[in-house]
Amino acid sequence: MADFIMPSLGADMQEGILVAWRVQPGDRVHHGDIMAEIETQKGLFEIEAFADGVVGPLLVQPGPDKIPVGSLLTTINAPGEAVVEKTAPSATRIKISPAARKLARENQVDITSLRGSGPDGSVCLADVEQALTGTQVQRTVSSGKSKKEMKDFKTGMRQAIAAAMSLSNREIPHYYLSTDIDMSRALSWLEERNRQRSIRERLLPVVMPLKAVALALKDVPELNAHWVDGRLDLKKEVHIGFAVALRGGGLMTPALHNVDCLDLDQLMAAVGDLISRTRSGKLRGSEMTDAGVTVTSLGDLGVRTVFGVIYPPQVALIGLGKISEQPWAENGEILARPVLTATLAADHRAGDGHLGAQFLDRLNRLLQEPEKL
Amino acid sequence: MAEQMRTITYRDAVREGLREALQKDERVFLMGEDVGRYGGCFAASKGLLEEFGPERVRDTPLSESTFTGAGIGAALGGMRPIVEIMTVNFSLLALDQIMNNAATYLHMSGGLFNVPLVIRMATGGGKQLAAQHSHSLEGWYAHIPGIKVLCAATLEDARGMLWGALLDPDPVLLFEPSVLYAMEGELAVDAGAVDIAGARLHHEGRDLTLITYGSCLYKCLDAAEQLEVSGISCDVIDLRSLRPLDEESFFTSVAKTHRALIVDEGWRSGSLAAEISARIMENAFYELDAPVERICSVEVPMPYAKHMEEAALPQVKTIVETARRMIHG
Amino acid sequence: MDAAAIRGIIEKGLLQIAPEAEFDDLQPTENIREELDIDSFDFLNFLIGLNEELGVDIPESDYEKLITMNDLTAYLEEKLQ
Repeated sequence: MADFIMPSLGADMQEGILVAWRVQPGDRVHHGDIMAEIETQKGLFEIEAFADGVVGPLLVQPGPDKIPVGSLLTTINAPGEAVVEKTAPSATRIKISPAARKLARENQVDITSLRGSGPDGSVCLADVEQALTGTQVQRTVSSGKSKKEMKDFKTGMRQAIAAAMSLSNREIPHYYLSTDIDMSRALSWLEERNRQRSIRERLLPVVMPLKAVALALKDVPELNAHWVDGRLDLKKEVHIGFAVALRGGGLMTPALHNVDCLDLDQLMAAVGDLISRTRSGKLRGSEMTDAGVTVTSLGDLGVRTVFGVIYPPQVALIGLGKISEQPWAENGEILARPVLTATLAADHRAGDGHLGAQFLDRLNRLLQEPEKL
Repeated sequence: MAEQMRTITYRDAVREGLREALQKDERVFLMGEDVGRYGGCFAASKGLLEEFGPERVRDTPLSESTFTGAGIGAALGGMRPIVEIMTVNFSLLALDQIMNNAATYLHMSGGLFNVPLVIRMATGGGKQLAAQHSHSLEGWYAHIPGIKVLCAATLEDARGMLWGALLDPDPVLLFEPSVLYAMEGELAVDAGAVDIAGARLHHEGRDLTLITYGSCLYKCLDAAEQLEVSGISCDVIDLRSLRPLDEESFFTSVAKTHRALIVDEGWRSGSLAAEISARIMENAFYELDAPVERICSVEVPMPYAKHMEEAALPQVKTIVETARRMIHG
Repeated sequence: MDAAAIRGIIEKGLLQIAPEAEFDDLQPTENIREELDIDSFDFLNFLIGLNEELGVDIPESDYEKLITMNDLTAYLEEKLQ
């Protein structure tokens, strides 16, 4: 039997709301099946089963309560295994400080109606005092978001980004490298290829550097890793977090899975699918935590060089600028060539500049042989 | 009339206390390693041998157990000995005498024999004296019934606690943080003996109680000032007496602020900070609006290298960050 | 199909990728992608939508001609004749 708990979808997540179950007790599930929908500061996520088995009793009902990360939601039992009754203590137990509990009892305030603003989301004195003066705002969950809820959501996302980026700049000693890549071979190959295809089958240029990043990471695996407790945890699979800007502000970096194993057509489809699911709020939990590295492409708006901030606990972020015609000196001549400036922001605790240079060099070479991508 | 002040170091304030005691009471004498001709390894007794003679300022062999035992015997015989042990680290050699003899006689003699002994010792890190000279073991002594344990953080206490301790009929351990000997500050010209009982509130606030003693007092006061700027105001309590503890001082403060952070240079496990935290939990649980937190030294033998010693000791930055987290989540 | 009908189809396509778009504020000579903050993926999806709705093939080499509302309407009108 394995516990299915409120997952942590990122270092900054402390609690989530169970929006819906997608399984019933007794259902057979397989690794990767959707079990539940969870709402966090960053939006709504589908949470997958991590094992094969039979769903046990659902210990928490969907509702507006914030459930701390790690709380038991249900179990996944091996087929035929006797179902052990478990209770879900942390879901019903309210985190409230002793002083706040005392004040609430003295004034007959219903503590289940309070939202905590203290450490770990605990209800503290100030929350009870607010309730006494009638200023506590009750949270409601509805399928469509009102303007105020949308604003709360944006504020929540802003805070989540603020927390992650502050942590990054505070703790990660970044170093930056940049290289200019001649994209003429890659682009003419792509143009030729797209000419033979219908519009639906055409590729956008960004998939080439994306695939090249994945292949370069196979050669420089130290950049596809997490820095945890002072040591480098190398990732076996190449899952690349792809920065997607949300309309109206905000940013998410969900993972493209196994990019090194996808051909360019599959990668194009995967990127399109990921962007549309990110913008419509249909991401999966694993997509929020799997990435070993992040790629951010800001070329659409004409940016030439990206100086990125690493998303902890990752150790590298690759920035792609606009592919634009630049004067290019080669063999004593100056020519106009389409040039892509690729940058690497990397964690100096986890590796040195030599490693980063190897990576960018490899990236450049891969993009000179587009037919092999 | 305004008090007349003068500038003085902690070391000189200690020496004034010693001189006053030697002058006031014939039964008082000072003994320890290098206290006479060398003037004390931290120079606290410099000049006293010349002033009071070798009968009253006595150099001893390097044998903490022997001269502490001799001090106990002298106290039982009617004297008022002040024993100086160079640092708390070396006092472990005298632990048997302190714990099995000094602390127990009154009880084992059915109340017949008091042991009016004062033992002074330096404690704590911050001077790059490495693991055999830098630990803060006063919390261990605060575990022992039958003795009192004091720590002088301020010039007033460095000057005045000794006489208060000599007035006590039972053994008193008086700790002097070695990093403070060179500290300079203002002290009243007529400063004298102080009451050794009770804690002292150094800084008043409403949001958080910082409980500390010894050299960490100054780190807490710095932190309190920084926090004040960002709108967090703190009570800062100098415990002064580690045994007995003035519990009321921090219970009263926590009843006002509802949050307590203990800053203790000892190691966390089984520390004085643990004791204080437990007492708050036992007695002021329903006043708490956040878990009690502790900042202690990292649990390693004190490193020699400056940056590593700094990393091992409680620091202002950590106090400020912890305080912010306790209040803003 | 007249210009107004074509423009209607363009606006419908744009609304799918930029639901908050206000076409009253969009001048016919303004850069659509810049004004509505449309990235290359969304723009490609928009063109795929036009292709499927109108049956017009838009070769990649023509993408850079399609900057403003005027460009788009004129281009599609010509292709549809």
